[in-house]
Amino acid sequence: MTTKTETRAPLPVEFYRSAIGKKWVMAVTGLGIIGFAIAHMIGNLKMFLPPVDGVPDIDIYGEALRRLFVPILPEHVFLWILRTGLIVLFLLHVHAAYSLTVMNHRARPVGYQGPRSYVAANYASRTMRWSGTIFLTFLAFHLADFTWGLPPVAPETWERGAVYANFVATFSRPPVTVLYVTASLLLGIHLYHGAWSMFQSLGINHPRFNRARKVAAYVTSGVITIGFIAPPLAVALGYLK
Amino acid sequence: MTGLEAKIPEGPLENKWESHKFSVRLVNPANKRKLRVIIVGTGLAGASAAASLGELGYQVDVFTFHDTPRRAHSIAAQGGINAAKNYHNDGDSVRRLFYDTIKGGDYRSREANVYRLAEVSLNIIDQATAQGVPFAREYGGLLDNRSFGGAQVARTFYARGQTGQQLLLGAYQALMRQVKTRTVRLHTRVEMLDLVVKDGRAIGIVTRDLVKGEIARHSAHAVVLATGGYANVFFLSTNAKASNTTAIWRAHRRGAALANPCFTQIHPTCIPASDEFQSKLTLMSESLRNDGRIWVPKNPGDDRPPEQIPEIDRDYYLERRYPAFGNLVARDIASRAAKRVVDAGLGVGPLKNGVYLDFADATTRLGRRTIEERYDNLFEMYNRITDEDPYLVPMRIYPAPHYTMGGLWVDYNLMTTIPGLYAIGEANFSDHGANRLGASALMQGLADGYFVLPYTIGDYLAGLLNEPPVPTDDPAFGPVEDEVGDRVRGYLATGGSRTVDWFHRELGKIMLDHCGMSRSAQGLEKALSDIPALYEEFKTDLRVLGTGEELNQALERAGRVDDFFELAMLMCVDAREREESCGGHFREEYQTEDGEALRDDVGFAHVSAWEWTGDAARPEVQNEDLVFENVALTTRSYK
Amino acid sequence: MNVTLQVWRQKGPGSPGAFKTYQVDAISAEMSFLEMLDVLNERLVNQGEDPVAFDHDCREGICGSCGVMINGRAHGPQPGTATCQLHMRRFPDGSTIVVEPWRAAGFPLVKDLVVDRSAFDRIIEAGGYISVDTGSAPDANLIPVPKTVADTAFDAAACIGCGACVAACPNGAASLFTAAKIGHLNLLPQGHAERWSRTERMVGVMEHYFGSCTNHGECEKACPKEISIDFIAMMNADFLRAKLANRRLAAQYR
Repeated sequence: MTTKTETRAPLPVEFYRSAIGKKWVMAVTGLGIIGFAIAHMIGNLKMFLPPVDGVPDIDIYGEALRRLFVPILPEHVFLWILRTGLIVLFLLHVHAAYSLTVMNHRARPVGYQGPRSYVAANYASRTMRWSGTIFLTFLAFHLADFTWGLPPVAPETWERGAVYANFVATFSRPPVTVLYVTASLLLGIHLYHGAWSMFQSLGINHPRFNRARKVAAYVTSGVITIGFIAPPLAVALGYLK
Repeated sequence: MTGLEAKIPEGPLENKWESHKFSVRLVNPANKRKLRVIIVGTGLAGASAAASLGELGYQVDVFTFHDTPRRAHSIAAQGGINAAKNYHNDGDSVRRLFYDTIKGGDYRSREANVYRLAEVSLNIIDQATAQGVPFAREYGGLLDNRSFGGAQVARTFYARGQTGQQLLLGAYQALMRQVKTRTVRLHTRVEMLDLVVKDGRAIGIVTRDLVKGEIARHSAHAVVLATGGYANVFFLSTNAKASNTTAIWRAHRRGAALANPCFTQIHPTCIPASDEFQSKLTLMSESLRNDGRIWVPKNPGDDRPPEQIPEIDRDYYLERRYPAFGNLVARDIASRAAKRVVDAGLGVGPLKNGVYLDFADATTRLGRRTIEERYDNLFEMYNRITDEDPYLVPMRIYPAPHYTMGGLWVDYNLMTTIPGLYAIGEANFSDHGANRLGASALMQGLADGYFVLPYTIGDYLAGLLNEPPVPTDDPAFGPVEDEVGDRVRGYLATGGSRTVDWFHRELGKIMLDHCGMSRSAQGLEKALSDIPALYEEFKTDLRVLGTGEELNQALERAGRVDDFFELAMLMCVDAREREESCGGHFREEYQTEDGEALRDDVGFAHVSAWEWTGDAARPEVQNEDLVFENVALTTRSYK
Repeated sequence: MNVTLQVWRQKGPGSPGAFKTYQVDAISAEMSFLEMLDVLNERLVNQGEDPVAFDHDCREGICGSCGVMINGRAHGPQPGTATCQLHMRRFPDGSTIVVEPWRAAGFPLVKDLVVDRSAFDRIIEAGGYISVDTGSAPDANLIPVPKTVADTAFDAAACIGCGACVAACPNGAASLFTAAKIGHLNLLPQGHAERWSRTERMVGVMEHYFGSCTNHGECEKACPKEISIDFIAMMNADFLRAKLANRRLAAQYR
């Protein structure tokens, strides 16, 4: 006997089709990106560590990243797996954000003609799409600067693997430092709303830790911002040479 | 004139409903699909009836003038709903709820109807709970009850101060479930403006689409009016602004008898009017009287703030006059007592139009926390409206028109004097006699809609099995539609100088003065000469702008006020004819030496059912004698 | 007191609309906002001008009919208060007040300040109920419901369906409305049988008409019943579980 059943798309696809599903994806990818940002920030802070046998600590760290799981996998392979994962996270995050924005524009084709006065929505929450887009553009600059070494974005002296030297060279150019600091602040603002919003979207909610959710979000965004700003500023102010 | 046949089943009181349910004809499921029922109104009665009939498989068309069924004014009921569950082992029973309701109604209702109401009250609570109505619960997880409005047992189920809202949402959700399954067709922002009768049977209605202005015909095998009460005839009442009498008045003009129109309830705990622009009065749940103490200063002109008036200078007049019930006396008694002290110049507040309801003692006795738990939302509401904090200063309250016990006359089956036309909920006159007990309105609306009408309407419909509904191009519809159109265009064409609201306000003043909390032959005569004069002015000096082909709220109101005028006259005639004081109807000529109501069971133990004669001032009456076999008629005493 | 009103006037959905300025003098501070509009309308009619259309009914904050944007805020400046319960004493004498209808694709404009909110009915009919035919209910005390659960369910059930959440939301989302009904019914044991199908279907219809939630929290602040956005989080959690659960159930039948 056959029974008629609805034909449904595979679960992840169907889930992603709904706005709530997209918010889940934004939250989960956001969480992944935050994890990457924290790792990246910790890596950056190695700028402050003393060199080992004359080699800057951060250079050793960079080399180690490239050689992750090396006897098991060839060099670079695991790093590329990580990079691919990161790219997928970004693509999903951006795509979900884009489709939700389109949906929300459709939900109010005629806007308010008088001035709005917001009570709860803050600057951070209302500018997510802008802070996100601008930061994404900045990422292109950042990759050209550090990863690809493309002049004129990257300094003349750029050399693959010489992280410490590249870092100092880049931030010896004041406009670049200003750009990075601004971008880090923008990231902080984005995370200020995003890290809290994530809990809501994932439905993680309990009267006992609802206050803690906000605190956790603010601490995370604060620490990441400061952690990213510190090394460039240290270079710009001449503390790191 | 049609005879009044109440069709009360034979047999002992306890078995009447059971045996009647067995004797009514059934309609088999295949036939139900072919039978159409129109329901007007989506309050507790209308929504519950529509949902239940839809579940049974009838084709239901339901109409509301609101943008969604959930707005109906049942939503504003605060206090609770009675049911003889006896969950608290305090001696309650169906018999006791029946007895309390009959007695509370001052012996002006039918025994059989009231007994049935008490019986089905049990099912209502079960039904509502299963629908997810979040009634208050005790820590053990079982349902909580409170004692309410003069009852000596705790039988009132409640959902904070929003019981009506929660019950209505339950019924509305059940209705929307049927809308989805397409057994019910929902017509929103459509107002019924007339009833169509053919060969003595109700066969349909004529409506106006409030957005587009289209006038349309709808036909069915039966029409159910669930359009609520008419307390807005007083302009200032606790009813929602749009509540009106049009549906039942138009049915009345087409031949349905209107019973006991003068029985109106003035609710004792409302917020007094603050200024002349006041558009409506706000009621606060009577449950406040459970813990609040009502008083006025002993001396007229005592202008001290309440907290500075010492105990010795306060008159707790309800506790003094009614030591047994104190602040919990029935509504009509509490209301009249307040009117008496205010009329005597003892009123409080800036306009001297209120009495104090004081929670100071209760707060000391129970602690602020308990008071907060019980009344916080009411206190907040009071604070929002008056800008005074009832935790610090006593509330000011005054009675306001609130509910109308009168309505279309219906038999035991809830059918009016027009075959095929039913009236349920506040729109009918059936269960509350001359005074309704607190927490009984929700009970009656849902009883009619969920548990009575679905049985009784089948009996009528079973006789129409092979007849399709009368087509809407039948000649019976034409003249009615034309009349409706003429009326609507008439208001627009009057071209006078006064707004609808002005007329409504003036009519309300006449009614409050002469047909309100106390009435006299002299006052009623005056009203009966003032109202027609004002009505003449209404017909010639009304100004309604705009067109009939758009959303035109003033035009909607014009039709409603027009019908209020004629109803007001009938109310005054009925009040004049009823030469006794009972329940909400207090005739100054008929009172005891100490000012209590003097009922006349020999002359007036009947229902006055009025028929339209074409002249609003000269209706014809027919009496349905009330037979009491199970209760002894006593004088209500709250002393 | 005197106020200057800037009221959105628009004949119908197809006609152009614009703000119109009215001076409303000599009104009482004790009046409600809607009573002030009544006075304006009465004066307009006396001057031969069409009165302003606005939805209203119970005027005690429970029916959910009324609701306009007042100075850029849904239901005006007072927290937890519907337009009908807002009083003129909340405005300084001589102030200018901008009054505008709710704006959302799901709430098409009808006239002036009146919008059509029937999309909410569509959300409810998708699953905002417990399927229990009249007469089939067991005794009410058969299923105990812990008081805290009943209380929380009530917090959600308090929704009056006014649409302020949609109006206030920068995205025009109806998440608070939908989550409140889902929360109310899903929390109660009576509602568990349909928990997953209800959540899935109601969310589906909601997204058809309205925008998406980006957790601004503006709805919670505009809600006259102060319903918490915690219910939105609950809805989000239940939605994922609904997708999984429904699949599991479907798999069983296959």
